[in-house]
Amino acid sequence: MSDQSDHTSAVDQPGDQSSDNLVEGTLLLEELSIDGMCGVY
Amino acid sequence: MPPFDLDVAWRLHPQVSMRPERFGALLYHFGTRRLSFVRTPTLLSVLEQLSTQRSARAACIAAGVGSDHMQEYARALAALAASSMICERP
Amino acid sequence: MTTSLLPLAEQFQHGLDSPICLTWELTYACNLACVHCLSSSGRRDPRELSTGECKAVIDELERMQVFYVNIGGGEPTVRPDFWELVDYATAHDVGVKFSTNGVRITRAAAARLRGSDYVDVQVSLDGATREVNDAVRGSGSYATALRAMQNLADAGVAGFKISVVVTRHNVSQLGDFKAIADRFGAQLRITRLRPSGRGADTWDQLHPTDAQQRELYEWLLDHGENVLTGDSFFHLAAYGQKLPGLNLCGAGRVVCLIDPVGDVYACPFAIHDSFLAGNVRDDGGFSRVWRSSRLFADLRRPQNGGACRSCSAFDSCRGGCMAAKFFTGLPLDGPDPECVRGLGGPLPALSSGPRPSADHSHRSLHGTAVPISIGRRPDRACDENPLTGFSAL
Repeated sequence: MSDQSDHTSAVDQPGDQSSDNLVEGTLLLEELSIDGMCGVY
Repeated sequence: MPPFDLDVAWRLHPQVSMRPERFGALLYHFGTRRLSFVRTPTLLSVLEQLSTQRSARAACIAAGVGSDHMQEYARALAALAASSMICERP
Repeated sequence: MTTSLLPLAEQFQHGLDSPICLTWELTYACNLACVHCLSSSGRRDPRELSTGECKAVIDELERMQVFYVNIGGGEPTVRPDFWELVDYATAHDVGVKFSTNGVRITRAAAARLRGSDYVDVQVSLDGATREVNDAVRGSGSYATALRAMQNLADAGVAGFKISVVVTRHNVSQLGDFKAIADRFGAQLRITRLRPSGRGADTWDQLHPTDAQQRELYEWLLDHGENVLTGDSFFHLAAYGQKLPGLNLCGAGRVVCLIDPVGDVYACPFAIHDSFLAGNVRDDGGFSRVWRSSRLFADLRRPQNGGACRSCSAFDSCRGGCMAAKFFTGLPLDGPDPECVRGLGGPLPALSSGPRPSADHSHRSLHGTAVPISIGRRPDRACDENPLTGFSAL
């Protein structure tokens, strides 16, 4: 399951491959495209 | 992006559908066709209370956001405002 | 305060309580007979969901807060209740994007679509020229599609989508497709050809060459800013840079297919008993299938990558497309047939690969032989012309 740990800052973690999608450098929110899921016409 | 005003009243945009998930929530805006993933239950709680609290700051406090994290939440709310997911309440 | 550290893709691959969106094939009936049709469409299946059954599915999707459905087929607009169902969905907070070959996109239909935030339309086109397109989709199909696009543009339907399946014969036309989209104020969408449905019969001739895959990847990096891909090229991430999207197989995890007879499959490219999760007519309907089916539970378990695990590209490409592997007879825990490192070959002859359980193809088309099914379930598709009573534009 998801890995929960305390954060005291919003710095991107090394190796976090989703950082491209992170909004304004925050780990709280991520934008996706509604077209961005494989398996839909 | 203008600084987010935590001290006015906000609400979810009426064209937004918000769906709680195990890890947070999904928001889809039917007008912009944008999809956002809220990654913490705390931010979800903020958004759930947004339209009934007198200000965004009050919603954050009610959701348990401490003063040392308030700016981080303000940035997330600013991003949601910039993509029209939330808007100011008249 | 705690925050999930896992990348989104890793969280999603464990599945969600409801799909984010899903494909719903409304009918197997179609006025065309595209040589690569993923659903082997043509003839209506007499067991199609009724209007009432479709509305019951929509009610479930509303309860589950599915954001939108991508309605296709066959050609969904040939169903007499098509607009009724679209209106019902949008009235119940389920967005609709429908895929069409354009045959019923009249001026009146286009006018209905203008200004609707809950309905989007996607017109299929597989060649920027008549020659290339009609070789795949049939004589007259290019003209039909372009006429539909003109009607949409004239009616002010901004941002409708043009959806292209990339083949060996249209990779060189990517720029031309973009120009067509710009001309009509539309958004270009390009997607991957899979060896599914009739696609298995034409895969050898149509799938892009290795060099063309590279060309496609480079084109997307250079020109793909406003081009949608449906995240269907995530196997190309192994070249180096990830393309926009989740870069994840969404089948059974964030998306799925509901077919015209209510069967629920992991994805529209995997219409086969091996990927059949249940049926919406079963007790508990669609939501029970999504949440409790054995197949989806299996797909949502952590996948360890199998033979691909030791490849340095695995984190990017995730082993590629399950359906592409399945229908080319490759093991699911190994490389994609179009693995960019060439690890997916040599392929067994496709004629020996798995075939779909049913085939709704037209029996014959202008003298062109339609693949004969051997060893499949008895054919129950209608011989009656699916377009009976329907007048052309």
